[in-house]
Amino acid sequence: MENTETKHFTFAQPPDELTLESGEKLGPITLAYETYGELNQQKSNAILILHALSGDAHAAGIHKGDAPLGWWNNLIGPGKGIDTDKYFVLCSNIIGGCKGSTGPSSVNPKTGKPYGADFPIMTIGDIVNAQRHLIDYLGIDKLLTVIGGSMGGMQVLQWMVAYPERIHSAIPIATAMNHTPQQIAFNEVGRQAIMADSNWRKGNYYGASKPAKGLAVARMIGHITYMSDVSMAEKFGRRYRTEKEPYKFGAEFEVEGYLRYRGDNFVKRFDANSYLYITKAIDYFNILNGKRLSDIFKGLTAKVLVIAFKSDWLYPAYQSQEIAKACKLAGVDATYCEVNSTYGHDAFLLEIKEEAHLVKHFLSTVSSGNKNGAWQA
Amino acid sequence: MKPQSTKIEQQIISGWIEQGASVLDLGCGDGELLALLIKEKQVRAQGIEINEQAIHRCVALGLSVFQEDIDTGLSEYSDKSFDFVILNQTFQQVKKPDFVLKEALRVGKKIIVGFPNFLYISARLQMFIGGKVPVTPALPYEWYDTPNLHFLSIADFVEYCRKKAIQIENSAFIGKNRRVRFFPNLLAGIGLFLLKK
Repeated sequence: MENTETKHFTFAQPPDELTLESGEKLGPITLAYETYGELNQQKSNAILILHALSGDAHAAGIHKGDAPLGWWNNLIGPGKGIDTDKYFVLCSNIIGGCKGSTGPSSVNPKTGKPYGADFPIMTIGDIVNAQRHLIDYLGIDKLLTVIGGSMGGMQVLQWMVAYPERIHSAIPIATAMNHTPQQIAFNEVGRQAIMADSNWRKGNYYGASKPAKGLAVARMIGHITYMSDVSMAEKFGRRYRTEKEPYKFGAEFEVEGYLRYRGDNFVKRFDANSYLYITKAIDYFNILNGKRLSDIFKGLTAKVLVIAFKSDWLYPAYQSQEIAKACKLAGVDATYCEVNSTYGHDAFLLEIKEEAHLVKHFLSTVSSGNKNGAWQA
Repeated sequence: MKPQSTKIEQQIISGWIEQGASVLDLGCGDGELLALLIKEKQVRAQGIEINEQAIHRCVALGLSVFQEDIDTGLSEYSDKSFDFVILNQTFQQVKKPDFVLKEALRVGKKIIVGFPNFLYISARLQMFIGGKVPVTPALPYEWYDTPNLHFLSIADFVEYCRKKAIQIENSAFIGKNRRVRFFPNLLAGIGLFLLKK
């Protein structure tokens, strides 16, 4: 798909700001979003794509005169797993982000300066509430599906519990109902790296030097957790880089060079405060929230496809099995598949053949209104 | 990894299942039986299957399946939450058939069990005359490469049901591509049972 473009939708103008879960108010809010394919007359073919930590609205296609392809381009497009000839596909950048939606780097209308650390604490629930406003604005009553991996999968789960009547189906991928201490710990090390950077200045660095080193280190840690032992061994081995400077703590091994490159590149396109706010929202997320596993999805009529990947140690398969278990307990019509892959957590972006096969057939079952497979308690 | 259930097995099972029933198929394989039951009996179907490739084929048929082990996969279901639970050609492959059967009887109002008869006449002949572990159409595996963990006869199973006070509502026996009416323990390669407790 060529010439896809990012659009903007602004809502929650004062005094009608969006009340966040924390009780704080945020407004006006702008959401950057992209759409692919055509919305049919009944408005029944809309699919909402939910992005992960560092994602954005540009899920597929290529912008005019712009090189990078959308982050899920191999899944979304004409004839692909999510077929844009059949479906109207929508992806929006989350609030708190830095890719066109309102976030810490946006101007606070009260001060005329970027929010920085004055941006209110936000949750996955708030992110989804904001998306719901966009869906309302587009006149879509019920989404054919909501789909996303990692933090995108958390948003899927949030849609399932917050707006069950607004979705026909849901596809949470490589995700969890809440973060384990290990998952929180990795995020915390990333946050500490940013906050330890003297350029961070308690979040008020806009217009000055960015906490680039801290954000780069945070991203390096992230990348380690997204890969697997096997995928790293395959990609880098113990190979040395050609331009190495031995014994000077330069990047000697290929893996070092790769992580540095990824870290430095990330700094160019991502805001450190957004990284802090979003990772915190991920850590706060807890769909269980004191409820019993059997009660979470009670009454949900949406059909669910849960996908996990074998080598994913950041979001291990057992966390997806818990989601499947909750579906079972609630009598939700669900499928659980554990895809064999060596890519680690990155598999949801890379193990496309299997993922596309599952998604494509699942969507055609859902969209044909085929309730044959449905089992309800 | 189970032998394709034959058309005749599938037809017998379909005949036992009521219109619009809810069905849980344990070890549903490629989902062929569930797809047939949806077509013929408009059942609400759910499968459980351990093999990833089989899951992909089930999803292509529009089925809902959980990828997991049937030795442990039933604990979340409440009592009598399905009209029928099917254990076709998987019963002899689970680690603890006694436990799985008990769980199936708890979760299903009725259950259907199908398994290869180890004391089928051609198996007996291979054992007693050939002196070898039998390989038959219903037991197609060599001893060194078989998913079957338990070997039982139709008579063993009937006795087991009596001991455990499991009611046999119906049964059917299949020889070479046809129903067997007499001496099933000798003449049938496959036994099918409709049970309840």
